[in-house]
Amino acid sequence: MMGSFLDIVRRDLRLALRQGADSLMVLAFFVVGVVLFPFGVGPELAVLERISAGVLWVMALLAALLSLDRLFQNDYEDGSLDLLALAPVPLPIIVLGKVAAHWLTTGLPLIAIAPLLAVLLNMNGDGFVMLVTAMALGTPTLSLIGAVGAALVLGARRGGVLLSLLVLPLYVPALVFGVSAVDAAVMGFETRAQIMVLGALLLASAALCPWAASAALRQAIE
Amino acid sequence: MNSFSDPEARPLSHAQPPPRFEGRGVACVRGERVVFTGLSFALGAGDALVLLGPNGSGKSSLLRVMAGLLSPAAGGLLRDGREVRDDPESHGAAARYVGHLDAVKPVLSVAENLTFWAILHGVDGAAAEAAVAGALERFGLSRLASVPGKLLSAGQKRRVNLARLLLSPSDLWLLDEPTTALDKASIRTVEAILAEHRARGGMVVVSTHADIALGGFATLQMDEYAP
Repeated sequence: MMGSFLDIVRRDLRLALRQGADSLMVLAFFVVGVVLFPFGVGPELAVLERISAGVLWVMALLAALLSLDRLFQNDYEDGSLDLLALAPVPLPIIVLGKVAAHWLTTGLPLIAIAPLLAVLLNMNGDGFVMLVTAMALGTPTLSLIGAVGAALVLGARRGGVLLSLLVLPLYVPALVFGVSAVDAAVMGFETRAQIMVLGALLLASAALCPWAASAALRQAIE
Repeated sequence: MNSFSDPEARPLSHAQPPPRFEGRGVACVRGERVVFTGLSFALGAGDALVLLGPNGSGKSSLLRVMAGLLSPAAGGLLRDGREVRDDPESHGAAARYVGHLDAVKPVLSVAENLTFWAILHGVDGAAAEAAVAGALERFGLSRLASVPGKLLSAGQKRRVNLARLLLSPSDLWLLDEPTTALDKASIRTVEAILAEHRARGGMVVVSTHADIALGGFATLQMDEYAP
Protein backbone atom coordinates (compact mmCIF):
# COMPACT_ATOMS: atom_id res chain seq x y z
CA MET A 1 0.00 0.00 0.00
CA MET A 2 2.91 2.30 0.85
CA GLY A 3 4.42 1.28 -2.49
CA SER A 4 1.28 2.30 -4.38
CA PHE A 5 1.22 5.61 -2.50
CA LEU A 6 4.78 6.33 -3.64
CA ASP A 7 3.97 5.24 -7.21
CA ILE A 8 1.17 7.81 -7.34
CA VAL A 9 3.41 10.52 -5.85
CA ARG A 10 6.15 9.73 -8.37
CA ARG A 11 3.74 9.78 -11.31
CA ASP A 12 2.13 13.07 -10.31
CA LEU A 13 5.51 14.67 -9.62
CA ARG A 14 6.70 13.60 -13.03
CA LEU A 15 3.55 14.99 -14.64
CA ALA A 16 3.94 18.27 -12.74
CA LEU A 17 7.63 18.63 -13.62
CA ARG A 18 7.01 17.95 -17.31
CA GLN A 19 4.33 20.65 -17.19
CA GLY A 20 6.63 22.83 -15.08
CA ALA A 21 4.89 26.06 -16.02
CA ASP A 22 1.91 25.27 -13.77
CA SER A 23 3.94 25.13 -10.57
CA LEU A 24 6.00 28.16 -11.55
CA MET A 25 2.86 30.16 -12.19
CA VAL A 26 1.53 29.46 -8.70
CA LEU A 27 4.83 30.65 -7.26
CA ALA A 28 4.81 33.74 -9.48
CA PHE A 29 1.24 34.52 -8.40
CA PHE A 30 2.31 34.33 -4.76
CA VAL A 31 5.27 36.68 -5.32
CA VAL A 32 3.36 39.19 -7.45
CA GLY A 33 0.42 39.20 -5.05
CA VAL A 34 2.63 39.90 -2.03
CA VAL A 35 4.54 42.59 -3.91
CA LEU A 36 1.28 44.43 -4.65
CA PHE A 37 0.66 45.16 -0.96
CA PRO A 38 3.45 47.73 -0.44
CA PHE A 39 2.02 49.58 -3.45
CA GLY A 40 -1.47 49.39 -2.04
CA VAL A 41 -0.92 50.31 1.62
CA GLY A 42 2.08 52.56 1.07
CA PRO A 43 5.72 52.11 1.97
CA GLU A 44 5.48 52.84 5.72
CA LEU A 45 7.64 50.17 7.29
CA ALA A 46 5.67 49.99 10.54
CA VAL A 47 2.41 49.28 8.68
CA LEU A 48 4.03 46.65 6.45
CA GLU A 49 5.61 44.96 9.44
CA ARG A 50 2.26 44.84 11.21
CA ILE A 51 0.45 43.17 8.27
CA SER A 52 3.31 41.01 6.96
CA ALA A 53 2.23 37.69 8.52
CA GLY A 54 -1.37 38.15 7.43
CA VAL A 55 -0.44 39.11 3.88
CA LEU A 56 1.88 36.12 3.47
CA TRP A 57 -0.70 33.68 4.80
CA VAL A 58 -3.60 35.04 2.78
CA MET A 59 -1.53 35.00 -0.39
CA ALA A 60 -0.30 31.44 0.31
CA LEU A 61 -3.92 30.43 0.75
CA LEU A 62 -4.98 31.99 -2.54
CA ALA A 63 -1.98 30.52 -4.37
CA ALA A 64 -2.83 27.06 -3.06
CA LEU A 65 -6.44 27.57 -4.16
CA LEU A 66 -5.33 28.60 -7.64
CA SER A 67 -3.54 25.30 -8.18
CA LEU A 68 -6.29 23.06 -6.84
CA ASP A 69 -8.40 22.79 -9.98
CA ARG A 70 -5.79 20.71 -11.77
CA LEU A 71 -5.50 18.22 -8.89
CA PHE A 72 -8.14 15.84 -10.32
CA GLN A 73 -9.37 17.71 -13.40
CA ASN A 74 -6.90 16.26 -15.93
CA ASP A 75 -7.36 12.71 -14.70
CA TYR A 76 -11.11 13.21 -14.79
CA GLU A 77 -11.12 14.53 -18.35
CA ASP A 78 -8.83 11.93 -19.91
CA GLY A 79 -10.40 8.89 -18.22
CA SER A 80 -7.47 8.12 -15.91
CA LEU A 81 -9.70 8.68 -12.89
CA ASP A 82 -11.94 5.75 -13.90
CA LEU A 83 -8.91 3.49 -14.08
CA LEU A 84 -7.49 4.80 -10.80
CA ALA A 85 -10.83 4.11 -9.12
CA LEU A 86 -10.73 0.54 -10.47
CA ALA A 87 -7.10 -0.11 -9.53
CA PRO A 88 -6.52 -2.64 -6.75
CA VAL A 89 -5.45 0.20 -4.43
CA PRO A 90 -7.85 1.92 -1.99
CA LEU A 91 -8.97 5.24 -3.48
CA PRO A 92 -8.11 7.23 -0.30
CA ILE A 93 -4.48 6.11 -0.68
CA ILE A 94 -4.49 7.34 -4.28
CA VAL A 95 -5.99 10.67 -3.15
CA LEU A 96 -3.35 10.97 -0.44
CA GLY A 97 -0.61 10.34 -3.00
CA LYS A 98 -2.00 12.99 -5.33
CA VAL A 99 -2.31 15.47 -2.46
CA ALA A 100 1.28 14.78 -1.39
CA ALA A 101 2.50 15.45 -4.93
CA HIS A 102 0.38 18.61 -5.09
CA TRP A 103 1.90 19.88 -1.85
CA LEU A 104 5.44 19.07 -2.99
CA THR A 105 4.95 21.08 -6.19
CA THR A 106 3.02 24.04 -4.72
CA GLY A 107 3.18 24.19 -0.90
CA LEU A 108 6.88 23.47 -0.60
CA PRO A 109 8.03 26.18 -3.07
CA LEU A 110 5.77 28.68 -1.26
CA ILE A 111 7.43 27.84 2.06
CA ALA A 112 10.87 28.19 0.50
CA ILE A 113 10.20 31.66 -0.87
CA ALA A 114 8.09 33.01 2.04
CA PRO A 115 11.06 34.23 4.17
CA LEU A 116 12.38 36.20 1.20
CA LEU A 117 9.04 37.97 0.82
CA ALA A 118 8.93 38.47 4.59
CA VAL A 119 12.09 40.56 4.26
CA LEU A 120 10.33 42.62 1.60
CA LEU A 121 7.46 43.27 4.02
CA ASN A 122 9.90 44.23 6.78
CA MET A 123 8.92 41.35 9.05
CA ASN A 124 10.94 41.15 12.23
CA GLY A 125 13.68 38.50 11.89
CA ASP A 126 12.39 36.72 15.02
CA GLY A 127 9.32 35.64 13.07
CA PHE A 128 11.13 33.86 10.20
CA VAL A 129 11.59 30.47 11.83
CA MET A 130 8.02 30.48 13.07
CA LEU A 131 6.75 31.55 9.64
CA VAL A 132 8.42 28.57 8.00
CA THR A 133 7.33 26.17 10.77
CA ALA A 134 3.72 27.36 10.72
CA MET A 135 3.57 27.18 6.94
CA ALA A 136 5.13 23.71 6.94
CA LEU A 137 2.27 22.57 9.17
CA GLY A 138 -0.41 24.70 7.54
CA THR A 139 0.11 24.28 3.78
CA PRO A 140 -0.38 20.48 3.76
CA THR A 141 -3.69 21.14 5.53
CA LEU A 142 -4.60 23.55 2.74
CA SER A 143 -3.83 20.88 0.10
CA LEU A 144 -5.84 18.23 1.97
CA ILE A 145 -8.93 20.37 2.50
CA GLY A 146 -8.61 21.66 -1.04
CA ALA A 147 -8.64 18.10 -2.40
CA VAL A 148 -12.15 17.59 -0.99
CA GLY A 149 -13.33 20.78 -2.69
CA ALA A 150 -11.59 19.89 -5.96
CA ALA A 151 -13.23 16.46 -5.95
CA LEU A 152 -16.66 17.93 -5.20
CA VAL A 153 -16.63 20.41 -8.08
CA LEU A 154 -15.43 17.87 -10.69
CA GLY A 155 -17.68 18.04 -13.72
CA ALA A 156 -19.32 21.30 -12.64
CA ARG A 157 -19.17 24.24 -15.01
CA ARG A 158 -17.40 27.31 -13.60
CA GLY A 159 -15.92 24.94 -11.05
CA GLY A 160 -13.16 27.38 -10.10
CA VAL A 161 -15.49 29.96 -8.54
CA LEU A 162 -17.51 27.28 -6.77
CA LEU A 163 -14.29 25.77 -5.50
CA SER A 164 -13.20 29.00 -3.81
CA LEU A 165 -16.62 29.43 -2.20
CA LEU A 166 -16.43 25.89 -0.84
CA VAL A 167 -12.85 25.84 0.28
CA LEU A 168 -11.98 29.35 1.51
CA PRO A 169 -14.26 29.24 4.59
CA LEU A 170 -12.64 25.95 5.57
CA TYR A 171 -9.21 27.57 5.35
CA VAL A 172 -10.05 30.09 8.09
CA PRO A 173 -8.81 28.04 11.11
CA ALA A 174 -5.43 27.39 9.45
CA LEU A 175 -5.20 31.09 8.57
CA VAL A 176 -6.09 32.32 12.07
CA PHE A 177 -3.63 30.10 13.91
CA GLY A 178 -0.93 30.44 11.25
CA VAL A 179 -0.95 34.24 11.47
CA SER A 180 -1.29 34.18 15.22
CA ALA A 181 1.77 31.91 15.57
CA VAL A 182 3.96 34.27 13.53
CA ASP A 183 2.66 37.40 15.30
CA ALA A 184 3.27 35.82 18.69
CA ALA A 185 6.83 34.88 17.71
CA VAL A 186 7.53 38.42 16.47
CA MET A 187 6.28 39.88 19.76
CA GLY A 188 8.22 37.35 21.78
CA PHE A 189 5.26 35.42 23.18
CA GLU A 190 4.82 31.68 23.64
CA THR A 191 3.80 29.96 20.34
CA ARG A 192 3.34 26.40 21.55
CA ALA A 193 -0.47 26.52 21.54
CA GLN A 194 -0.74 27.79 17.96
CA ILE A 195 1.70 25.16 16.70
CA MET A 196 -0.22 22.45 18.52
CA VAL A 197 -3.49 23.60 16.94
CA LEU A 198 -1.91 23.73 13.46
CA GLY A 199 -0.56 20.21 14.02
CA ALA A 200 -3.98 19.02 15.17
CA LEU A 201 -5.62 20.56 12.08
CA LEU A 202 -3.09 18.76 9.88
CA LEU A 203 -3.64 15.39 11.58
CA ALA A 204 -7.42 15.73 11.50
CA SER A 205 -7.48 16.68 7.83
CA ALA A 206 -4.99 13.92 6.93
CA ALA A 207 -7.30 11.43 8.62
CA LEU A 208 -10.60 12.70 7.19
CA CYS A 209 -9.99 14.48 3.88
CA PRO A 210 -8.74 11.51 1.77
CA TRP A 211 -11.92 9.59 2.61
CA ALA A 212 -14.20 12.54 1.95
CA ALA A 213 -12.40 13.31 -1.32
CA SER A 214 -12.59 9.71 -2.54
CA ALA A 215 -16.31 9.58 -1.78
CA ALA A 216 -16.72 12.77 -3.84
CA LEU A 217 -14.61 11.26 -6.65
CA ARG A 218 -16.82 8.16 -6.77
CA GLN A 219 -19.82 10.46 -7.14
CA ALA A 220 -18.08 12.39 -9.91
CA ILE A 221 -17.27 9.33 -12.05
CA GLU A 222 -20.77 7.84 -11.74
CA MET B 1 -23.69 -52.81 -17.12
CA ASN B 2 -20.48 -50.83 -17.26
CA SER B 3 -21.71 -47.84 -15.35
CA PHE B 4 -18.20 -46.42 -14.58
CA SER B 5 -17.52 -45.39 -18.15
CA ASP B 6 -21.06 -44.35 -18.95
CA PRO B 7 -21.04 -40.60 -19.66
CA GLU B 8 -24.76 -40.39 -18.82
CA ALA B 9 -24.01 -41.42 -15.24
CA ARG B 10 -22.08 -38.22 -14.45
CA PRO B 11 -23.80 -35.89 -12.00
CA LEU B 12 -25.45 -32.94 -13.70
CA SER B 13 -23.36 -30.26 -11.95
CA HIS B 14 -20.22 -31.39 -13.79
CA ALA B 15 -21.81 -30.98 -17.18
CA GLN B 16 -22.91 -27.40 -16.46
CA PRO B 17 -20.24 -25.37 -14.65
CA PRO B 18 -21.67 -22.45 -12.66
CA PRO B 19 -21.29 -18.99 -14.27
CA ARG B 20 -18.24 -17.00 -13.18
CA PHE B 21 -19.80 -13.57 -13.65
CA GLU B 22 -23.50 -12.99 -13.45
CA GLY B 23 -25.99 -10.15 -13.35
CA ARG B 24 -29.47 -10.57 -11.92
CA GLY B 25 -32.24 -8.09 -12.63
CA VAL B 26 -29.81 -5.18 -13.03
CA ALA B 27 -31.35 -1.74 -13.48
CA CYS B 28 -29.56 1.51 -14.22
CA VAL B 29 -30.79 5.06 -13.65
CA ARG B 30 -28.95 8.05 -15.15
CA GLY B 31 -30.16 11.41 -13.96
CA GLU B 32 -33.91 10.89 -13.61
CA ARG B 33 -34.15 8.45 -16.53
CA VAL B 34 -34.28 4.68 -16.27
CA VAL B 35 -31.87 3.43 -18.94
CA PHE B 36 -32.52 -0.29 -18.60
CA THR B 37 -34.18 -2.53 -16.07
CA GLY B 38 -34.51 -6.22 -15.29
CA LEU B 39 -31.37 -7.10 -17.23
CA SER B 40 -29.79 -10.46 -16.49
CA PHE B 41 -26.76 -12.15 -17.98
CA ALA B 42 -24.36 -14.96 -17.15
CA LEU B 43 -20.82 -15.56 -18.32
CA GLY B 44 -18.80 -18.71 -17.88
CA ALA B 45 -15.07 -19.24 -18.45
CA GLY B 46 -14.17 -18.45 -22.06
CA ASP B 47 -17.50 -16.80 -22.86
CA ALA B 48 -17.99 -13.61 -24.83
CA LEU B 49 -21.00 -11.31 -24.60
CA VAL B 50 -21.68 -8.67 -27.23
CA LEU B 51 -23.91 -5.73 -26.29
CA LEU B 52 -26.05 -4.51 -29.16
CA GLY B 53 -28.44 -1.61 -29.34
CA PRO B 54 -28.90 1.92 -30.64
CA ASN B 55 -27.16 4.97 -29.15
CA GLY B 56 -28.36 5.73 -25.65
CA SER B 57 -29.63 2.22 -25.01
CA GLY B 58 -27.22 1.86 -22.11
CA LYS B 59 -24.34 -0.20 -23.50
CA SER B 60 -21.71 2.04 -21.92
CA SER B 61 -23.71 2.32 -18.71
CA LEU B 62 -23.96 -1.45 -18.43
CA LEU B 63 -20.20 -1.81 -18.92
CA ARG B 64 -19.60 0.80 -16.20
CA VAL B 65 -22.00 -1.06 -13.92
CA MET B 66 -20.12 -4.30 -14.66
CA ALA B 67 -16.80 -2.60 -13.90
CA GLY B 68 -18.09 -1.25 -10.61
CA LEU B 69 -17.84 2.42 -11.60
CA LEU B 70 -21.63 2.80 -11.47
CA SER B 71 -23.74 1.15 -8.84
CA PRO B 72 -26.87 -0.54 -10.15
CA ALA B 73 -30.18 1.02 -9.08
CA ALA B 74 -31.63 -2.46 -8.57
CA GLY B 75 -30.44 -6.03 -8.85
CA GLY B 76 -26.92 -7.22 -8.26
CA LEU B 77 -23.76 -8.62 -9.81
CA LEU B 78 -22.28 -11.90 -8.71
CA ARG B 79 -18.66 -12.91 -9.12
CA ASP B 80 -18.11 -16.64 -8.63
CA GLY B 81 -21.37 -16.69 -6.71
CA ARG B 82 -20.42 -13.82 -4.37
CA GLU B 83 -21.99 -10.37 -4.41
CA VAL B 84 -19.65 -7.86 -6.09
CA ARG B 85 -20.82 -5.02 -3.85
CA ASP B 86 -19.54 -6.88 -0.79
CA ASP B 87 -15.98 -6.85 -2.13
CA PRO B 88 -15.66 -4.27 -4.94
CA GLU B 89 -11.86 -4.06 -4.65
CA SER B 90 -11.10 -7.68 -5.55
CA HIS B 91 -13.62 -7.41 -8.40
CA GLY B 92 -11.84 -4.28 -9.62
CA ALA B 93 -8.48 -6.06 -9.40
CA ALA B 94 -9.65 -8.94 -11.57
CA ALA B 95 -11.56 -6.87 -14.18
CA ARG B 96 -10.16 -4.54 -16.84
CA TYR B 97 -12.25 -1.75 -18.26
CA VAL B 98 -11.48 -0.01 -21.55
CA GLY B 99 -13.70 3.04 -21.96
CA HIS B 100 -14.21 5.77 -24.53
CA LEU B 101 -11.42 7.84 -23.03
CA ASP B 102 -7.93 6.55 -23.57
CA ALA B 103 -6.30 7.85 -20.37
CA VAL B 104 -3.02 8.53 -22.16
CA LYS B 105 -1.05 11.32 -20.49
CA PRO B 106 0.20 13.79 -23.12
CA VAL B 107 3.50 14.53 -21.37
CA LEU B 108 4.46 10.93 -20.60
CA SER B 109 5.94 8.59 -23.19
CA VAL B 110 3.94 5.57 -24.32
CA ALA B 111 6.15 3.26 -22.24
CA GLU B 112 5.90 5.51 -19.16
CA ASN B 113 2.13 5.62 -19.49
CA LEU B 114 1.89 1.84 -19.51
CA THR B 115 4.56 1.22 -16.89
CA PHE B 116 2.63 3.27 -14.34
CA TRP B 117 -0.47 1.12 -14.76
CA ALA B 118 1.53 -2.09 -14.65
CA ILE B 119 3.14 -1.08 -11.36
CA LEU B 120 -0.18 0.08 -9.92
CA HIS B 121 -1.59 -3.36 -10.69
CA GLY B 122 1.19 -4.93 -8.68
CA VAL B 123 3.66 -5.90 -11.41
CA ASP B 124 7.16 -5.08 -10.13
CA GLY B 125 10.15 -3.32 -11.71
CA ALA B 126 11.77 -5.68 -14.24
CA ALA B 127 8.56 -7.67 -14.73
CA ALA B 128 6.71 -4.43 -15.46
CA GLU B 129 9.29 -3.48 -18.09
CA ALA B 130 8.97 -6.88 -19.74
CA ALA B 131 5.16 -6.72 -19.61
CA VAL B 132 5.14 -3.25 -21.18
CA ALA B 133 7.58 -4.31 -23.91
CA GLY B 134 5.46 -7.38 -24.66
CA ALA B 135 2.20 -5.40 -24.80
CA LEU B 136 3.74 -2.73 -27.06
CA GLU B 137 5.16 -5.40 -29.37
CA ARG B 138 1.77 -7.07 -29.61
CA PHE B 139 0.03 -3.89 -30.69
CA GLY B 140 2.83 -2.82 -33.03
CA LEU B 141 3.75 0.13 -30.83
CA SER B 142 7.37 -0.80 -30.01
CA ARG B 143 8.67 1.92 -32.34
CA LEU B 144 6.62 4.52 -30.45
CA ALA B 145 7.70 3.48 -26.93
CA SER B 146 9.53 6.73 -26.22
CA VAL B 147 7.11 9.04 -28.06
CA PRO B 148 5.11 11.36 -25.77
CA GLY B 149 1.36 10.76 -25.66
CA LYS B 150 0.49 14.13 -27.16
CA LEU B 151 2.04 13.15 -30.52
CA LEU B 152 -0.07 10.00 -30.93
CA SER B 153 -2.95 9.71 -33.37
CA ALA B 154 -6.41 8.64 -32.19
CA GLY B 155 -5.83 5.07 -33.35
CA GLN B 156 -2.43 4.88 -31.66
CA LYS B 157 -3.89 6.18 -28.38
CA ARG B 158 -6.61 3.56 -28.60
CA ARG B 159 -3.94 0.87 -29.08
CA VAL B 160 -2.06 2.13 -26.02
CA ASN B 161 -5.32 1.95 -24.07
CA LEU B 162 -5.91 -1.63 -25.27
CA ALA B 163 -2.29 -2.61 -24.58
CA ARG B 164 -3.10 -2.02 -20.90
CA LEU B 165 -5.15 -5.23 -21.00
CA LEU B 166 -2.02 -7.30 -21.50
CA LEU B 167 0.02 -5.80 -18.65
CA SER B 168 -1.25 -8.02 -15.88
CA PRO B 169 -3.46 -11.08 -15.85
CA SER B 170 -7.18 -10.61 -15.35
CA ASP B 171 -10.10 -12.81 -16.26
CA LEU B 172 -12.80 -10.29 -17.15
CA TRP B 173 -12.39 -7.71 -19.92
CA LEU B 174 -15.02 -5.01 -20.35
CA LEU B 175 -14.52 -3.24 -23.65
CA ASP B 176 -16.54 -0.20 -24.69
CA GLU B 177 -16.32 0.15 -28.49
CA PRO B 178 -12.74 -1.18 -28.53
CA THR B 179 -12.32 -0.89 -32.30
CA THR B 180 -13.11 2.84 -32.57
CA ALA B 181 -10.42 4.60 -34.62
CA LEU B 182 -8.56 1.35 -35.31
CA ASP B 183 -7.45 0.30 -38.79
CA LYS B 184 -8.19 -3.16 -40.22
CA ALA B 185 -4.85 -4.67 -39.19
CA SER B 186 -5.27 -3.49 -35.60
CA ILE B 187 -8.81 -4.88 -35.46
CA ARG B 188 -7.36 -8.28 -36.51
CA THR B 189 -4.85 -7.96 -33.65
CA VAL B 190 -7.64 -7.21 -31.17
CA GLU B 191 -9.59 -10.22 -32.44
CA ALA B 192 -6.55 -12.49 -32.03
CA ILE B 193 -5.90 -11.19 -28.51
CA LEU B 194 -9.54 -11.68 -27.52
CA ALA B 195 -9.44 -15.26 -28.86
CA GLU B 196 -6.28 -16.00 -26.82
CA HIS B 197 -7.82 -14.45 -23.72
CA ARG B 198 -10.91 -16.67 -24.09
CA ALA B 199 -8.80 -19.76 -24.76
CA ARG B 200 -7.16 -19.13 -21.37
CA GLY B 201 -10.62 -19.13 -19.78
CA GLY B 202 -11.03 -15.35 -19.74
CA MET B 203 -14.38 -13.62 -20.22
CA VAL B 204 -15.11 -10.70 -22.53
CA VAL B 205 -17.98 -8.23 -22.69
CA VAL B 206 -17.86 -5.98 -25.76
CA SER B 207 -20.10 -3.20 -26.96
CA THR B 208 -19.63 -2.51 -30.61
CA HIS B 209 -21.11 -1.01 -33.75
CA ALA B 210 -18.40 -2.26 -36.07
CA ASP B 211 -17.93 -5.85 -37.11
CA ILE B 212 -15.58 -7.73 -34.91
CA ALA B 213 -15.10 -11.44 -35.41
CA LEU B 214 -15.35 -13.19 -32.07
CA GLY B 215 -16.35 -16.75 -32.95
CA GLY B 216 -19.12 -18.12 -30.77
CA PHE B 217 -20.59 -15.40 -28.63
CA ALA B 218 -23.83 -14.51 -26.91
CA THR B 219 -25.57 -11.23 -27.63
CA LEU B 220 -27.57 -8.93 -25.43
CA GLN B 221 -30.10 -6.69 -27.17
CA MET B 222 -30.16 -3.65 -24.91
CA ASP B 223 -33.45 -2.23 -26.25
CA GLU B 224 -35.28 -5.29 -24.92
CA TYR B 225 -34.58 -4.05 -21.41
CA ALA B 226 -35.72 -0.48 -21.91
CA PRO B 227 -38.41 0.46 -19.38
